[in-house]
Amino acid sequence: MDLFEYQGKQYFARYDIPVSPGGPADTVDEAVREANNAGYPVVVKAQVQVGGRGKAGGIQLADDEDAVREHAGNILGMDIKGHVVKRVWVERASDIDEEYYVSFTLDRAAKKHLMMLSAEGGVEIETVAEENPDAIVKLHIDPVDGLDEATARQACVDAKLPERALDGAADIIVKLYRCYTEGDCDLAEINPLILKPTGEVHALDAKVTLDDSAEFRHPEWEDFKGLTEMDEREQMAAERDLQYIGLDGSVGIIANGAGLAMSTLDVVNQVGGSASNFLDIGGGANADVMAGALEVINSDDSVKSIFINIFGGITRGEEVAKGIVEAMGRVDLKAPIVIRLDGTNAEEGRQILLDAGIPDDKLRSEPTMLDAARAAVALAN
Amino acid sequence: MAIFVNENTKVLVQGLTGGQGKYHGLRNRDYGTKVVGGVTPGKGGQDVDGIPIFNSVAEAVEATGANASFAAVPPKFASGAIIEAAEAGIGFVVCITEGIPAQDEALTYNRLVREFPNTRLLGPNCPGIISPGKCNIGITAGEIAELPTSDGPNVGIVSRSGTLTYQALYELKQRGIGVSTCVGIGGDPVPGTNFIDCLAEFQNDPETHAIMMLGEIGGSAEEEAAEFIQANVTKPMSTYIAGVTAPAGKKMGHAGAIVSGGKGTAQGKMDALGDAGVKVGLNPTEAGELMADIVGSL
Repeated sequence: MDLFEYQGKQYFARYDIPVSPGGPADTVDEAVREANNAGYPVVVKAQVQVGGRGKAGGIQLADDEDAVREHAGNILGMDIKGHVVKRVWVERASDIDEEYYVSFTLDRAAKKHLMMLSAEGGVEIETVAEENPDAIVKLHIDPVDGLDEATARQACVDAKLPERALDGAADIIVKLYRCYTEGDCDLAEINPLILKPTGEVHALDAKVTLDDSAEFRHPEWEDFKGLTEMDEREQMAAERDLQYIGLDGSVGIIANGAGLAMSTLDVVNQVGGSASNFLDIGGGANADVMAGALEVINSDDSVKSIFINIFGGITRGEEVAKGIVEAMGRVDLKAPIVIRLDGTNAEEGRQILLDAGIPDDKLRSEPTMLDAARAAVALAN
Repeated sequence: MAIFVNENTKVLVQGLTGGQGKYHGLRNRDYGTKVVGGVTPGKGGQDVDGIPIFNSVAEAVEATGANASFAAVPPKFASGAIIEAAEAGIGFVVCITEGIPAQDEALTYNRLVREFPNTRLLGPNCPGIISPGKCNIGITAGEIAELPTSDGPNVGIVSRSGTLTYQALYELKQRGIGVSTCVGIGGDPVPGTNFIDCLAEFQNDPETHAIMMLGEIGGSAEEEAAEFIQANVTKPMSTYIAGVTAPAGKKMGHAGAIVSGGKGTAQGKMDALGDAGVKVGLNPTEAGELMADIVGSL
């Protein structure tokens, strides 16, 4: 789950990482209230999960209440690269001497945590990596050892942070590591990490991605849900516990297993079609799961045909077939289905579909993945 | 010969009294795998369909001489189960559990490397391993795997995705091609066993004559495998990489399957493997056809 900046800052605060005083606002009046609480001057920041909001005018400085009204009014509802701003974050403006960058993520190749630290913050780290790679200090951390203050401080020295920033930066880095590990983040990034004229170091921005698999031990994550940027279909699928990603083609896809689902998208593409979604129904494809999947796909008007691609391993063919027949009784489908059913008990499954007497223009079986893809694409085009 | 497991592998099922553990553990036994015991804390002394249950892995090893374990436990207990098996001296642990937090996975992997170098972990979030006719640990339906022949040629399979593993087995079975061992390494970010581990074993296994590798988008495991193949693998190979059409920035089901920052694309992986001399299919069927050509020419 990707957090918005304000959520990331709230999460940081749980781990004692200093952030500016402020609060979220959904209306101009709320923004004014938050500004009055934080103290002027304030910064009004658009809450969207996309880069470049500053350039788009989504971050504005306000010296007084009138300015907050004006900027919050402009920013709320603003479209930034297709993301409509529903919420702003209003915080006390900071005096900035210097801007740094720090992040933690998992380096899959090294199988260790990776810290990236740079004295050149405030810009995209990818840009720094391209133009001045030596300005980024990379440190691998073995999760068994963790990260101590001395190591963090040395990294700050290596990254050429000034002497007066070292203690503050090292302290935040250790806290950020704790947030990243104990807080189960896939990514915890501060850009910029700022040095104030007073010598204090603090997080001016927050980019946090939480590891969905760890939700069971983080009841506090409940607060972060609700204002997600999922589209309607994705929302509907999430409610049904389906792995769904909306795409913009015309062939609806249902497959069991992530690899097979990806592969189905590929094959549809190879025979000249395009998928409207990725949907993995997982292992036990019973009638409820199948009906749920068909409902989600049926809600998408751009779907012209549905390709169900099942390879029975644990999933048994006859169960899948029963599921489809039952689901078709429950859901009034707008598009025809092409199914490829292989693996465990596939014969029995095909027989069940045949016996159900569903007309050919509603449902047909094809012997292989490629044949089924061709048929589904022909129906869609 | 086969890799990692054989007809003498004695398997414990951690979580045999649970739904998943019981279903797959008994299926594995029915296939002919030597399933010698189950482990569930607090249920020692009971049995599941005649298989004795022990309170701990250490007790079970003591009583049965087990040398492999099948961890079929929920995500929050998985790391503990893996480490417990390693502590009891188990040399090969298969963990099928999906949804283990990445932090736990990274910690467990690094603990195994440092504290238990003699324990190999397969998975988590993997379908397991099958050496047709000898041993099947995990969730693969044994009947879709073609038995190897004594004089070959036989194919070794290694895959990051569960259902694509089945698809690969099926493609070979349709063509009557024997499989020496099929290893599903799983789609998580920190797999205990990676492509290179399997490729090295297949290269040294006299019963494996060709290798089929199934990858997917995300990470750089396929690119690293390509480098290894270039330098070390002389056996002919075919491959398919799932996710050619996957959009950037979206996790395609597996925690590890994501294209980010222009890295981990299917095209990049196909190019790397192609350059290493691997025959690249654009879908699983094509990879199977390519493998049939390879086997036909051996």
